Parts: sequence; structure tokens; C-alpha cells
Amino acid sequence: MATPLVVSDVAKSFTMHLRDGVTLPVVAGVSFSIRGGECAVLGGPSGAGKSSILKMLYGNYAVDEGQIIVQHGGGLIDLASASPRTVLSVRRHTIGYVSQFLRTVPRVSALDVVAEPLVERGGDRETARAKARSLLAQLNLPEKLWALPPATFSGGEQQRVNIARGFITEHPILLLDEPTASLDARNRDVVVELIAAKKAAGVALLGIFHDLDVRDAVADRVIDVTAFAAGKIAA
Amino acid sequence: MTDEPLLRVSALSKFYGSRVGCENVTFDLWPGEVLAVVGESGSGKTTLLNCLSTRLLPSSGTASYRMRDGQWRELYRMSEAERRFLMRTDWGFVHQNPADGLRMTVSAGANVGERLMAVGDRHYGRIRATAVDWLSRVEIDEDRIDDEPRAFSGGMRQRLQIARNLVTGPRLVFMDEPTGGLDVSVQARLLDLLRGLVTDLGLAAIVVTHDLAVARLLSQRMMVMKDGHVVESGLTDRVLDDPRAPYTQLLVSSILQV
Repeated sequence: MATPLVVSDVAKSFTMHLRDGVTLPVVAGVSFSIRGGECAVLGGPSGAGKSSILKMLYGNYAVDEGQIIVQHGGGLIDLASASPRTVLSVRRHTIGYVSQFLRTVPRVSALDVVAEPLVERGGDRETARAKARSLLAQLNLPEKLWALPPATFSGGEQQRVNIARGFITEHPILLLDEPTASLDARNRDVVVELIAAKKAAGVALLGIFHDLDVRDAVADRVIDVTAFAAGKIAA
Repeated sequence: MTDEPLLRVSALSKFYGSRVGCENVTFDLWPGEVLAVVGESGSGKTTLLNCLSTRLLPSSGTASYRMRDGQWRELYRMSEAERRFLMRTDWGFVHQNPADGLRMTVSAGANVGERLMAVGDRHYGRIRATAVDWLSRVEIDEDRIDDEPRAFSGGMRQRLQIARNLVTGPRLVFMDEPTGGLDVSVQARLLDLLRGLVTDLGLAAIVVTHDLAVARLLSQRMMVMKDGHVVESGLTDRVLDDPRAPYTQLLVSSILQV
């Protein structure tokens, strides 16, 4: 199997200029790779830097040191030093991301929120909507909600919209930031099935799951983030 | 997507006497890309916008624009007439105050039609039909077409200004605080509309705003300005979620949570 994502010696710290420039180290020496068809899980306690790693892999956080090599458009690019334009292209075609919370846009229906990533990739709007409908149905989101903007939905409903939005495309790499945090057992099982389908399709998945049942069901291996504790390397 | 930018800006500076308007601004803008320029009042963002749109001539630096025929032209070397033509056809400028961008004493339909006539359309029926179409795209009822914008609410005037700008199918639109001075609910509607139009038409836009939420919603890339200088730039969500410059951190931490 191909290895679409290789992370080597990545380090990240935050400099808080409003607090006299104090530097908070987050992680250092982060190195791992993900193969296609595998689901790796970032493990470690809260505050270990799991979300920060995921955000760096999506270009949402800047990277201080190291490389993030992604197979993109028939070549390899280093996401850590890529231009904003390249990062956007990677997001459109190569790396998908399911965040913990849905960022809602006023007046856009749940169905269109879900369909949007496909339309952005140049898909036909009606085909995208059809796929969005089937995903929302699979995730048991009541049909009467589909035409409404998700801003007023419950946490679990918003999360299902978010999951559908993340899973609708065929990105070869998919990052999952606690996609099951506010779901009931039935819908957690649906997410486990969706992840299994992605694995079968050869997608490389990297996730954070606090729910042990889900983690055990989907994880091929656990990457222990405490090994990348910034203090450890520096000491 | 093409591999060539639409606009190339290099070391652009504007001084007012010894005072800095904006200094040493460099960036490229690609087709379909929305760039937000944020900063507080007096940070130079409007000066920059006015220089880019050639409403103001810079003290130094260059800006080149790729014309529809693929030729690169240096904006500040074009004749006044050429710049005006560009402004009326291939560019749009959405002012914060709609009264600055509209003719308040002619009808809504004429406001939209005027730009079409500027590009040579003379067929009344066709102009009117296009105007009706554009009014509906910005959610203004057809039966208001003969009303003057004076009789419109602030939000409607702003939507009319947008229709007037977009009717000629511009490739680049400048916006100066497009949602400033509007009620929140009206803002949301306008933002949604702008977002849809920008995506559907594949417009490139430079949006000046002091509202970081507007920047997040509309733009892919952003520049943060302070005292005439660009202190930070990058992907919009990167700048907002992981601000590096002291000033950007201050800006981001000053947002009120709802």
C-alpha cells in the first residue's frame, strides 16, 4: 500500500505575545507515517498535543520545524512550508478533515453544507445533494432538518452534519478530530461503519477518539503522542 | 484554475507627506481568490485598497494586472481613460456607503443598466431583462426596479450596489467594509449572498474589513495591517486560529464570543 502521509521531526510551540512573549512548547520530534487503507489513532491525555498535530496536518496551525510530506496531485509536497494556495489545493483534493465542531454559515441548509465540498471539487450540485441525502439518512439525521441551516441544531445533530460533510468526498487522506464525541451508540456505530468503508477504499485515516469502544473498533495502531512531549526532547 | 495570478503587487507604498499610508506591500492574487485585508482604523487598509483600485496613485511600487486578452499591464502606467474603462468593465468597487457607489436619483434598474451601457450594450429590452435578473439575484423584487435607491433600506441599497458592480461580469472586485453599518441580520444575508456570488462567478476579490468574522466567512487568505505595514499574512483560518504576530494575537483575543 502507498504511504500518502509522512510526518518527520515536526515541532510546534505557541508564543504568547500578550503575556510577555512566554513560549508554550506543544510537541517536538513528531515523526510517523500513515499508509493507505489504515486508520491510526493519536493517543495520550488531554493537552498532549493531539489536536495540534491534526491541525498542523491540515495547515490550520503553522509548523515551526520539520516536514509534512503529502502525496498530492501526482507529486510530493511539504505541507509545513507550502504556500496558502497549495494548502487550499491540498484541502480541496487530498486531505479531508472532520472537526470537533461545525462552523455554521448563516442561511445555508444542512444539505448544502454537506454537499459543498463535492461542489467545490467541481462536482455537479444535484449529484452532490443526492450523495449528501444518502449520508444524512445513513447518519439518522431527521429529514425535516435537511433544509434548515444547522446553527440551531443540537450538538449531536451538528456533529452528524459535520461527519457527513467530511465523508462525502473521496480524499485519499482523512483527519478525524473526535468525530463521535457527542453521538449516541447507534450513530457511533454508523461512524465506525463509515470509517471501515474508507479503509476498504484505501484511504489513510488519522484520528483522535476518546471513546474507547470506537477507538478499539477502528484503530489499526495507536500513536502515543506523549512520546513527542516538547519538554522531553528539549531536556 | 490557471497557474497565473490576476494581480501582482510589488513593494507598494503610499506616503502622505512624511506620514505612512501603507508601506512595502507585496502580494499576488489569483483568479477566484478572496483576500481579506484586516486591521483597525488608520492601519492603511483603505489606502491600500484605493491604490490597488487606482483611485489613488501610490508613491512607489508596482501593480500589474492580467487583462482579459492575457496581456500584463502596469496599472500606474495606464492612461486615465484606460483605467476608467477597466474600472467600469473588468473591475467592481463596492463602497461601505452605498450612496458612494450608486446614483441615488435614478432608478434601481438604471443603476444596474448604466454599467451595461458603459460596455456598449444599447438594446433597452435586453438591458432591462438583465437588470431584472440581477435584481432577483441580489434578492430585490422586480416591482422595485423603477424605484430610486433613495427609497431603499440600507441593506437593499448595498445589495443594489453589488448588482450594479457584478452585472458586467468583472473578474476582480474591491470591497471596502461591505457589511459595515448594517444590522447583524442584514449583514448575515448580505454575507451569504456575497459568498454565493463569489463562488458561483469565480470572482477574485479584495475585501477590506475590520470584522474578523466577515474575513473568516468570505476569504481564503488574509493580510493583517498595522500602522501601514502588513504584520502577518497567510491562510485565513491559519492566521485566525494560530496568530503569530503580537498585533494579530491582540486582534483575535479581542473578539467578543457570542
